[in-house]
Amino acid sequence: MVVDSVAAVKSAKSYVAAPRRGPVTRILENEGWFAFFLLLPTAVLLGLFMAYPFIEGVLLALSDAKVGVPGNFVGLQNFAVLLNDSIFRIAVWNTVLYTAVTTVFKLALGLWLALLLNRHFRGKAVTRAFVLLPFIIPTVLSTFAWKWMFDPTFSVINWTLFHLGIIRTRINWLSDPGLALVSVIIVNIWRGVPFYAISLLAGLQTINPELAEAAAIDGARPWQRFRYITWPLLLPVTMVVVLFSVIQTFADFQLVYVLTGGGPANATQLFATYAYQIGVGTGLLGQGAAISLAMFPVLLVVVVVQLLYIRRVEIH
Amino acid sequence: MARVIIRNLNKKFDGVHAVKDVNLEIHDKEFVVLVGPSGCGKTTTLRMVAGLESITSGEVLIGDRVVNELPPMDRDIAMVFQNYALYPHMNVYDNMAFGLKMRGFDRVEITSRVQAAAEILGIHEQLNRKPRQLSGGQRQRVALGRAIVRHPQVFLFDEPLSNLDAKLRIQMRVEIKKIHVRLGTTAIYVTHDQVEAMTLGDRVVVMKDGVVQQVGEPLELYNEPANRFVAGFIGSPAMNFATVEMADADGALWARHEGIRIKVPEGIAGRLRRHAGENVTLGIRPEDLRVASDGDTADQSFDAVVEVIEKLGSQILLDVKVGPNTMVAAVEPTVKAKVHDHLRLALNPDRLHFFDGVSQAAI
Repeated sequence: MVVDSVAAVKSAKSYVAAPRRGPVTRILENEGWFAFFLLLPTAVLLGLFMAYPFIEGVLLALSDAKVGVPGNFVGLQNFAVLLNDSIFRIAVWNTVLYTAVTTVFKLALGLWLALLLNRHFRGKAVTRAFVLLPFIIPTVLSTFAWKWMFDPTFSVINWTLFHLGIIRTRINWLSDPGLALVSVIIVNIWRGVPFYAISLLAGLQTINPELAEAAAIDGARPWQRFRYITWPLLLPVTMVVVLFSVIQTFADFQLVYVLTGGGPANATQLFATYAYQIGVGTGLLGQGAAISLAMFPVLLVVVVVQLLYIRRVEIH
Repeated sequence: MARVIIRNLNKKFDGVHAVKDVNLEIHDKEFVVLVGPSGCGKTTTLRMVAGLESITSGEVLIGDRVVNELPPMDRDIAMVFQNYALYPHMNVYDNMAFGLKMRGFDRVEITSRVQAAAEILGIHEQLNRKPRQLSGGQRQRVALGRAIVRHPQVFLFDEPLSNLDAKLRIQMRVEIKKIHVRLGTTAIYVTHDQVEAMTLGDRVVVMKDGVVQQVGEPLELYNEPANRFVAGFIGSPAMNFATVEMADADGALWARHEGIRIKVPEGIAGRLRRHAGENVTLGIRPEDLRVASDGDTADQSFDAVVEVIEKLGSQILLDVKVGPNTMVAAVEPTVKAKVHDHLRLALNPDRLHFFDGVSQAAI
């Protein structure tokens, strides 16, 4: 027995000494270096594709660069120009209106759809898949389809309204300055509702159905169950969804570019389309970059406020 | 306060017949426990009483009023859920007050009722806490409090203690019983735990596969089980069963099997004689077996080989082999036995149970 244990101690010693470690292994054994190597790929990717372009963009906004002309540092001159640019002011107002109106409708319709899809019915899975379609189809393609539907001559919408006897003359959906923004907003809502619906549905499914049953027994009517139980419990998810959506909508480009190009007479001009028009269309790279950058403080405030709110909700 | 009457109640889910022709009359102030293995239809029955599940056919009456078509809120019931179902975003006070607020009680009344319930349950110091800051036992108390403050006609409990640890479960079981004695509200309690059923229920309803097997007071179920299922379900450790042949010989009735030859006592031999020649199931509770002494006759005892010994302190459980059958005997803690010991077990002849070999009903 004694001999055995002595032998065991000896073999244990030799086992500890056995593995030979190369220099790489030794470095990776150090937690600091190990963390560094784990973070490296992400840091490189973020730096190369996010931080570097962002800094380049800021520098560009502070220069008078044009296409083919490197440009010189001009300080805040580009921003000063923007302050007196009436089209820029229209674009700002349009963007705010566009974001606000679409967000309200997308949230309301998306929530309504999510509540419907959260019920049990035949063909639930298929319906849920279909709801996602506007979100899955490339925006440019679906927007072209909408462009046809809004076409004054070939518009299926006009045709339907006409044959139902609701209108007598054709509606110029995209060429009427008042209606153009409405049309663009409608398409944005159509495209955005699925994201809200599916995300909110995922949030609804994390809420224990027993809570609704307990509330029903407690005497809460359906509206009260939503108001006092479902809505407060869904709020953190809702805030995240709204946050993502506001950022995306505020910087929306493709939809307006395809439908109206910002027209007629800048009636649908947004931050992104105006930046593109000045920067790429006109070739005033510095000026265009300044317009893009002007969005940044607004979005920063939105992100900070909402993240603070989400944290508060999660703590309480 | 009200009685609850369940008439020919049925529930079918997509081809599954979960509850079959349940009939039950629960008296005013009575505490009735529905017990059975999972999937026996006890929770579905309770949910139909609550109005959370639609009724396929039959009637539910609460306080002489048919409630089949009434929504849960109009049935004047309160329910305690297995997972507590506390509103996570509300503090304890608001959880308990919610039902009263929804029913439009004034603030003073709400406060006094919540305070009173919190006092009874010993959670008055937790009123400002959120459910997630509470222990399992405290959450269960809040769930009870939410039911109490409403002063409903009927309390419904859906396995309220199954998420608690064993010690707390026993403690809360006693508290629920105390609250019932104090408030006297009619209660229907669902559990899969037969000990809970026996200790809490004025009457116990044993269910299996959607069918009520027996309704009775706890000791009635224990002493006179209606069938083999109830006999095996009620009592711990469970009743021993052996298939035996009934034989009429030497002027007496005998229950025989390999290793067993028991003379059926005169008192019940009369009604069992018509089963002579048939195979029936013999049931003996572990506590009705003991180690035989010199005074025990051969026809009231049998040989056994000890396989496992479980020392519980107050008693010893002997897992023994009797012929091909395995049995458990609950014997005095003073018994000295070792594994593989051969010993003779005597039975209490007045406490034998017999069940029909086919229908398994008590005979």
